Amino acid sequence: MSIIIDHLCQVYEPGTSMEVVALNDICLQITDGEFIGLIGHTGSGKSTLIQHLNGILKPYSGSVYFDGADIFDEDYDLKKLRSQVGLVFQYPEHQLFEETVFKDVCFGPKNMGLSQKEVEMRAYQALKMVGLEDEYFYQSPFDLSGGQKRRVAIAGVLAMKPRVMILDEPTAGLDPKGRDEMFALITKLRRESNMSIVLVSHSMEDVAAYVERIVVMNQGKVMMDGSPHEVFSHVEQLEAVGLMAPQITYVMKRLKEEGLPVLGSEMTVAEAAESILKLLNR
Amino acid sequence: MIRDITLGQYYQANSVIHKLDPRTKLIGTLVFVVSLFVKKNIAVYALAALFLASVIKVSKVPYRFVVRGIKPIVMLLVITGAFNLFLTPGDVLVTIWKLHITAQGVENAIYIVIRLLLLILGSSMMTLTTTPNELTDGLEKLLKPLRIFHVPVHEISMMMAIALRFIPILIEETDKIMKAQMARGADFEHGSLVQKAKNMIPLLVPLFVSAFRRANDLAMAMEARCYQGGEGRTKMKPLCYEKRDFVSYVVLALYLCLAVAGGILFARIMPTWASVLKGN
Repeated sequence: MSIIIDHLCQVYEPGTSMEVVALNDICLQITDGEFIGLIGHTGSGKSTLIQHLNGILKPYSGSVYFDGADIFDEDYDLKKLRSQVGLVFQYPEHQLFEETVFKDVCFGPKNMGLSQKEVEMRAYQALKMVGLEDEYFYQSPFDLSGGQKRRVAIAGVLAMKPRVMILDEPTAGLDPKGRDEMFALITKLRRESNMSIVLVSHSMEDVAAYVERIVVMNQGKVMMDGSPHEVFSHVEQLEAVGLMAPQITYVMKRLKEEGLPVLGSEMTVAEAAESILKLLNR
Repeated sequence: MIRDITLGQYYQANSVIHKLDPRTKLIGTLVFVVSLFVKKNIAVYALAALFLASVIKVSKVPYRFVVRGIKPIVMLLVITGAFNLFLTPGDVLVTIWKLHITAQGVENAIYIVIRLLLLILGSSMMTLTTTPNELTDGLEKLLKPLRIFHVPVHEISMMMAIALRFIPILIEETDKIMKAQMARGADFEHGSLVQKAKNMIPLLVPLFVSAFRRANDLAMAMEARCYQGGEGRTKMKPLCYEKRDFVSYVVLALYLCLAVAGGILFARIMPTWASVLKGN
């Protein structure tokens, strides 16, 4: 029960002067229930990669397996796949189109061919899950605030009850409060369902505190893959490709260099505080 | 999927054609189009094809890329050809059911298809080698004399520039929204015609919303920079003819003379197709 990406390559405009190798021999495995942060600089290929996971882009070469079946086989049911691998694009609020919030969230499950009752039940559950109050359900989605629109759009994908949820920069363009709410929502999703979640971001700071595994991409290749602690212990390599470790990691790293017995790869303030307290109580 | 549309697209390359003044290219295209209508015979078309082929060669745009631009108009070509083939009155060659194919029909069909092909390829060569900005700059300067008749030349070219600039943005936006809706199980390819039209709603509504939003943003940005139209406005890079432009004009003039002369001469020697097909 997992997604296996096998030697995936993608080339845009092959054979012209605008040829771009977007993905170069990607091999990854995403197992059930994992919480992954996919990190990379702008143009590193992360958005391209995730669009292969639900079959929206066809690879130049290589393949993707979902539950052991090649999703690019001729007779593979892509529609079913798309309800299992939910993909929330960047600025998902731009996809809203219905007259009411509720109708818009119904769009996904309706396309799955479910009964009207089931569709409405799922839409209701999804909207509750993202924390939208009942009073908004029958308003036009265009009348909501930016953060609310985004939550509605996420509910639109959630209502299909996917087993894997991929979110592309879900906090882009949100204010700090909106960002905190978004992360609270993702944490809640994680806790209340056993979905695998892939969080795409270009900011280390954001994902460090939440995810269990970080995959770093650079120029279409997987550069690093490991637990946050492993990844952040290679700060120099990250900086070489224009990424930063969380600020607190730099502080702890300096402390370690000064000869103090700390890890040097602490990612959150809480973690750092714990290390320092341990040091003081010694 | 939607990125395959090459009509009106720019192909980046470093060639003489790319560097030409846009006015030269505009007039060149006009001359080319005129030359196609000089005389309806093979000599003219062969010359035009040769001219076009050498322009493509010099421009360094791959042939494959140019030819890809024909794909969307294949249907148009087939229909136009068929109409000419079946509906031209004249000497009947073959009769299929109620349709008559005439000698003149065959001639017309072949010529019209060749003419349309050359026309489209010729004008797409202009857009492939000229950025939309250059194009509107050139047009503005060429049409400047019309200002005497109170034609708002600057405003028209500004609108054109904005419209052209928005094409790739809207294509990209369409692509994005399409993908987002497909991720929610939308289906844009299957179903009856009515169903297909209905399926477009989730695409069109967000597209319109975003087009209006972008138009609004652009208007704001222009106003914030104190933009105001034509009168007294100068250019950062004024257009300026260079030696290569004069050379191109000479080549163009030669080509037009050759096309006219060749067309008239050839028409005298060559019998009409009708007489050939009738066998006398």
